[in-house]
Formats: sequence, structure tokens, C-alpha cells
Amino acid sequence: MSLQIPPADRAVLDRREKIVAALRAIVPGEGVIAGEREMRPFESDGLTAYKQLPMVVVLPETTEQVSQVLAYCYAEGIKVVPRGAGTSLSGGALPLEDGVLLGMAKFNRILEIDFENRLAVVEPGVTNLAVSNAAAHAGFYYAPDPSSQIACTIGGNVAENSGGVHCLKYGMTTNNLLGCEMVLITGEVIRLGGKHLDAGGYDLLGIVTGSEGLLGVVTQVTVRLLKMPETARALLIGFPSSEDAGECVGKIIGAGIIPGGMEMMDKPAIHAVEQFVHAGYPLDVEALLIVELDGPQAEVDHLVARVEALARQCRVVSCKVSASEDERLLFWAGRKAAFPAVGRISPDYYCMDGTIPRAKLPQVLKRMRELSDKYGLRVANVFHAGDGNLHPLILYDANKPGELEKTEEFGAEILKLCVEVGGVLTGEHGVGVEKRDLMPAMFSEIDLNQQQRLKCAFDDKGLLNPGKVFPQLHRCAELGRMHISGGKLPFPDIPRF
Amino acid sequence: MTDTLKPRDGKDVEDAVRFALANDKPLELVGCGSKRAIGRPSQTDLTLDLSGLSGITLYEPEELVLSARAGTPLSEIEALVEKHGQELAFEPMDYGPLLGGKAGAGSIGGALAANLSGPRRIKAGAARDHFLGASVVTGRGETVKTGGRVVKNVTGYDLCKLLAGSWGTLAAMTDITLKTLPRAETESTLIVSGLEDAQAAAAMAAAMGSPCDVSGAGHLPDHVAARFDGLPGPGAATCLRVEGFAPSVAHRKQSLAAVLKPFGPVAVLDEKNSRALWRSVRDAKAFTFSDVLARPLWRVSTAPSRGHEIAAMISPAAQMFYDWAGGLVWIAMPSPQEPDAAAIRRAVASVGGHATLIRAPAAVRAAVDVFPPQDAGLAALSKRVKESFDPKGLFNPGRMWAGV
Repeated sequence: MSLQIPPADRAVLDRREKIVAALRAIVPGEGVIAGEREMRPFESDGLTAYKQLPMVVVLPETTEQVSQVLAYCYAEGIKVVPRGAGTSLSGGALPLEDGVLLGMAKFNRILEIDFENRLAVVEPGVTNLAVSNAAAHAGFYYAPDPSSQIACTIGGNVAENSGGVHCLKYGMTTNNLLGCEMVLITGEVIRLGGKHLDAGGYDLLGIVTGSEGLLGVVTQVTVRLLKMPETARALLIGFPSSEDAGECVGKIIGAGIIPGGMEMMDKPAIHAVEQFVHAGYPLDVEALLIVELDGPQAEVDHLVARVEALARQCRVVSCKVSASEDERLLFWAGRKAAFPAVGRISPDYYCMDGTIPRAKLPQVLKRMRELSDKYGLRVANVFHAGDGNLHPLILYDANKPGELEKTEEFGAEILKLCVEVGGVLTGEHGVGVEKRDLMPAMFSEIDLNQQQRLKCAFDDKGLLNPGKVFPQLHRCAELGRMHISGGKLPFPDIPRF
Repeated sequence: MTDTLKPRDGKDVEDAVRFALANDKPLELVGCGSKRAIGRPSQTDLTLDLSGLSGITLYEPEELVLSARAGTPLSEIEALVEKHGQELAFEPMDYGPLLGGKAGAGSIGGALAANLSGPRRIKAGAARDHFLGASVVTGRGETVKTGGRVVKNVTGYDLCKLLAGSWGTLAAMTDITLKTLPRAETESTLIVSGLEDAQAAAAMAAAMGSPCDVSGAGHLPDHVAARFDGLPGPGAATCLRVEGFAPSVAHRKQSLAAVLKPFGPVAVLDEKNSRALWRSVRDAKAFTFSDVLARPLWRVSTAPSRGHEIAAMISPAAQMFYDWAGGLVWIAMPSPQEPDAAAIRRAVASVGGHATLIRAPAAVRAAVDVFPPQDAGLAALSKRVKESFDPKGLFNPGRMWAGV
């Protein structure tokens, strides 16, 4: 791999034994893992192309332990990489050779469910789905539903600002949080928010959400719960071209309808999926749209009829409305199995994650087909059509020499294309190590330096998850320097009063 | 004597900030100035008036996105999106009349800097949740871009969240991008009459816990109810709004009426009265009348089930009402010179949440904490965050907290 990671600090590695002993004094028993074989499961996350054994793994159980571990690392100048379930697709939890891997898996308790105020207080190691399950008996759920929801943790969701197929209507993680407790690298414990809405001061919760483990370690999270919709129905609509599908999406939103979910697949994805799950997807279409309407029965029936009518105004090959809950789930079964289905037809696949203004979809797909020819690599597309979040899956074979590198190059071109048409590098998977070096395609050096100054406000020694998100690391002192010039009013033509 | 600089574009803003930097001149940042009286009074002799940065630069209704220069009047944006059947779903409140000024006088930059919201906060979020991207000039005189024009975006830190609610203390916004959403086809409100505050909290919790998708839940106690619009009669009113497509609203109205029935008699407001009511709730209209305009006004955010407990802990001569299903409490204190900050803060601390002194004479705002005081760790972090944007403390110094 060509990835540049901050060089390992030999002085830290030389003290490894002493460090391990000190950590064992804080987290007793099996909470500190230092054996090579035992650390192996932690060497990588969902971005499996990158692997690195950490210096040591620590699995604390209490906020106090997290605080002491971080305070120790801060005092000793040791890097720390926080980790939830390790499902990151961008390498956000990739360990460092000279770093402590701080696994939060033991923070797995649901502390409180408060139906009166429609919220849950949970520890960060609780899985996303477990929160919904714990509230289900009273008819409530936690809205963000990343596709890894059976495995991914709330702490990881906060770090990545996770989305999911329903975030078009219900928002991403950041729109569904009320508060958190977190530990700064100094060991200081701070509480943000609570059971109430909005911050009383700066919205630090908003900045911590999606910060990819670079600002602090979350030890408790308060999430909002929503009442489950009464019912849901879905439409499965086939189109002769992606342009037609895109036009239909525009018509639906233009009619004032925000569906619970609106997912698109291109032909290669449809075919891979249909062979795998036999969901009854039409094979004679270029694009397939699943539109799900949820809410009260009367609303869903009304909107299903309206969406169907809108679809009929577009060029469609087929349009099917789910007649039962089983059929609705079958429509989704295909979409939800898209990644493994693609995994079946190719030894490896690389999942990308860019967002584009929706209207640019045909242009982006066309260019992607050209790139596919150029690189000689197949690509299948699944697309959160409502919000323009694109997941191209590049099919490759890691055993063929040079193919992974070629794939990464292809992926980088796709993401740059997303930025070029007015979109962004990542919609929900995070920058991590994966897209780190592409950041300059979207941000100037001034932009990135400002983001790093904010990082310095939380972590002045740059010890939390270094090597992620930012392509170039600067010392905080260097970033803080100012060059003030010019004492005169340099703009005499600005109106003054 | 205060000098005012009125830049015409982002480049002018950079120049202005660099000038202020070189001359050690703190700046008061204003858009249209409609919320100028909120916060601790700042000591500046130079004002940076951003209202010259005006105009909508992009609006694509089907993409649910709008960009504008930061000084664009909010009313101009709301009028345009309304023409296309859309709205700013965070329902930004208008502080104007509450502060003794005109209605509809704010800018979009100001709406974002104050993280405005309204009754729909409980469903659709606040300005922060709809703020997609921005160009700003930092206290270093540098233009920084953050976010983008798409909703799903996790590329880099979400600086828009920090800018929202920073009251112009971090950076001068020059351009912003927002999410727009379809406006509901119709709406209706159910009113339960005559409830005590605690009963009202229970009724609102029952409504919020139903699948009726309630988009506004407020309680107007007897002593203020008559000062809101659209209500069918006198007495305390607990108000629950449903919005959406006509068949859905009709259906949910029925289901919701069944949920509310055990609490008391239920009346129904039609679309017109419902709109009038929620606009008056949004803008805290009860506290805009001349006989109460001098009363210090608190805005308290707490857990919805606890709002009425706070109210019970303070002076019975205070006037108050509830929004956000009971989680937002507006409290007008009886004595113009005495906001009774200690009592309010004590009450809020006992149940959790925060209180901001929205309205009080300048001398009072200089003497008590306007924004919620923070514990030492959080205060130090907030100060470092401020310095990361504005190292010399140029922008609205001391507006939120002394020394920040």
C-alpha cells in the first residue's frame, strides 16, 4: 500500500513493555491485550485492504478507565485510535503501530429508555439495531439505519455521522442526537447536551458528530426515539434509462413528497442481486427505483397512488406496488443484499461513497461507464436517489497483481468527479484513511488548516487518531501562528458610515 | 462614535477583517441588526455590517437546495421558496417584535447565527439541521469554505453546526447554503382546553408518543392564552398540530382526537386559524405587547416532561408558556430590572437543560450571564474553539460569555 501513515515513534515503541504495564494498572485483567495473535482481530476494520497491528489493545469498561487511559497517553505522548465495532468502510479505526487501540466494545449497556421524553441513554458500544430493539415493545425506534446496523455501534455512528436508507426523511445521526458524555485526550470528561434540545453554547455535539474519532472518545450517548410509522408500502419501478429514473425522482420530490426511502440500482447491480435473492426484479431495465412511503395508512395509500401516477407520466418499463408486507420486504431484500450479491460475482469489490447533486446522475453514470472501460474494471451502482448519495461498487480481484491499485485509482477518479459536479467526497462512510489524500480536491489548504485548528482546540498534541481525515499534519503551534500585515484601511472604496 | 464598514462582497469582508486585525479593533458583526439586543453588550467601536451581501444565488427546488449571500433578508428567501411550494422547515422564529423592533427584518445569516427554530423543532430540527454549507471569513482574515450543497455529506468537520448558534462570535458568514423542503399541503390543530401545566405535559407526551406525526405541541396557560392568535375561546389551551397531505391530516386528526379525549374537551382549528396560532406561538407573541415588553424574558430548553416543574419553581408573578411538547419554556419575569437569574438557573439546573436571557435592559445583560454559564472544562473548551476561529477575539467580543 502506498498510504502514508505518520511514522512510528521509536521512543514510544521502545517503552512498549512499560506502557503495557501502566495500562494494565488502569484496566485490569483481560482488558489489555498485548499478544500478537490476540491483537490480530483488531488489525483492520471494514476497509480490509489496510492492515496494521496496534502497539497494544485496551478495552476499558468505565468512563473513569477511559479517562485514566487517555490522561496517561496524553502525559506520555502516546497516540490513541478509538474503535467501535470496526465496521468503518473508510479505515477510520485502522490501528497505528505505535498507538493504543482503544476498543469501546465493553460499553454495551442501555442505561435508560425514557418514553415520556422519547429518548434513550446508551453506552457507545451498544449496536445501532439494539437501540431500536430495546424500544420496539413500546412502538418506538431509533431512526438512522446504516446497512451495518446489526453490527455497528452507536459510538461509531456518532464518530461517522452515519446515515442509512431512511435518512432522506428522518435525518442522519447528527439530527437524532440529544447529548453525549465524552473524554478529551487530556482525560477530562465533558458532557454535551442532555435530554433537551439544542446547545446552550457552541454546538460542540454537532462538531463531535462525524469527527471520526479525532476530537474525543464518546462514553455515553443520548439518542432521540421516534414512534414507528403505522405502516409502510413500497413501489418497484423499472426504467429504460437512468435519466428516466432520475427524472421520476425529481418529479416525486417536486410534487412535495419526501419518501421514507428512495433507492436506485443500475443494471449490473440489478442483475447481481436478482441472481442472488430472486426478489423478482425486472431484468430488462437499465435502472430500478424502490420508493417507500411510510406513515399513517391513509397517508401511505394516498401517496402510493400519487407516486404511481407520477411514475406513469415518466418512461417506465414496469411499476409494481407492494400488495403485502412480505412483498415490501422482498422488494427491499434485493437492495439490502446488493453488496453481498456483488461479492458473489466478483472475488473482491470496493465500495465507494460520494454524493452528487441528483440532477447530475446521468452525467456521472455515463462518465463512470467510460472510466470502467478505461480501467477494464466492472462497476455496479446502488444509489440513495433521494439525497444523491452514490455507492459505486468496483469489481476487482485482489489476487491479480496491481488490480487493487488500479481499483483505488478508479475510485479516486469517481470521487473527484463527484466533487467536480458539485458534490462531495463522502456522504456517509467518512474520510478515514481512504479518502484522506483526496481532501484537497474539495478543500483548499486554508480550509483544511482551519479544520485542523479546531482539532487543536480539542487535542493540542494531535494524539487522537492521527493520520485520518487530514492529508497533511501540522503542529498546532504552527497552525496558530499569525502574520498580520497592513495597518491602513486597504479598501477605501468600502462604504463607511 | 461607532464606525460602520459595509462590505459588498467576500473580498471586502476579508479586507475589513484584516484591517481590524492590524489595528486591534474588535468588530460588531451584524446582518440586518434585528437581534442586536440579544447577548451581553459588546464593547466595539467598529461595526461590520453584512447586509450588503445580499441576494439568492441558487435555488433548485427539485434538489431541495438554496444558496444565498449571508445578508439576504430571510423574508426574501421565505417568499421565494413559498412560491415553489416549499419552506424552511425549521420554521425560524422572528425575534423582531419581541425585542421591540419590526417583524420580518432579519437576514438569513442572522437566522443561522442564532440557530433559529420554531414549533416544528421537535420534528424537523433547528437551523443547524438545514445548514448545508458556508463560506466564512475567520478572525484571521481568511475565507474558509465548509460543507457543500448536498444533504448527505460527512467530508471533514461539520463546521456549519458550530456556526449555527455562534451569534457571530466565530466568523463572518458571506455565503450560505440551505436545505429547503416541501411545504405541507394543509394543517390543522387540536386544542384541549382548561388543562393545568402538568396535565398538559402528559397530554403532549401522549400525543408525541402516538403515530400521529405531531409537528407542533404547545401549552398556553390561562394567564397568557388570550394573547395568542387563532384560538377558539378563552382559557388554557394545549395545542397539537398535524401537517401534511389532506387525507393524512384528516385521518390523523381523528386518531389524535382519540388520544387526547381522556385529557379534556377537544376542539379543532381549521388551516387558517392553525397557521395564525402557530405563528404567534413561534414568535412568543404574548410577550410582544407593550404592557409586558419591559419584562425580562427567558428562553429555557429542558426535557419535555420537566418544563412545568421549572415553571412551578419560580415567582408566581412570572408569565410563561410552553412549546416543544413542554421542552421549551418562555418565561417573562415580573420586574423589568430583575431577571432573577439565580432562581432561573437553579430551577433549570435541578431538572437539566439551559436558559438564555433573551430580553433585558443592556445594563442587566452586562451584569448577569445571558447565555448559560458552563462548567470549567466546557468553558475552557469553548474558549479554545473560539480562538481556533478568531484568535484575537475580534468578533462580537463577550457577546456570549465574558472573555470569549
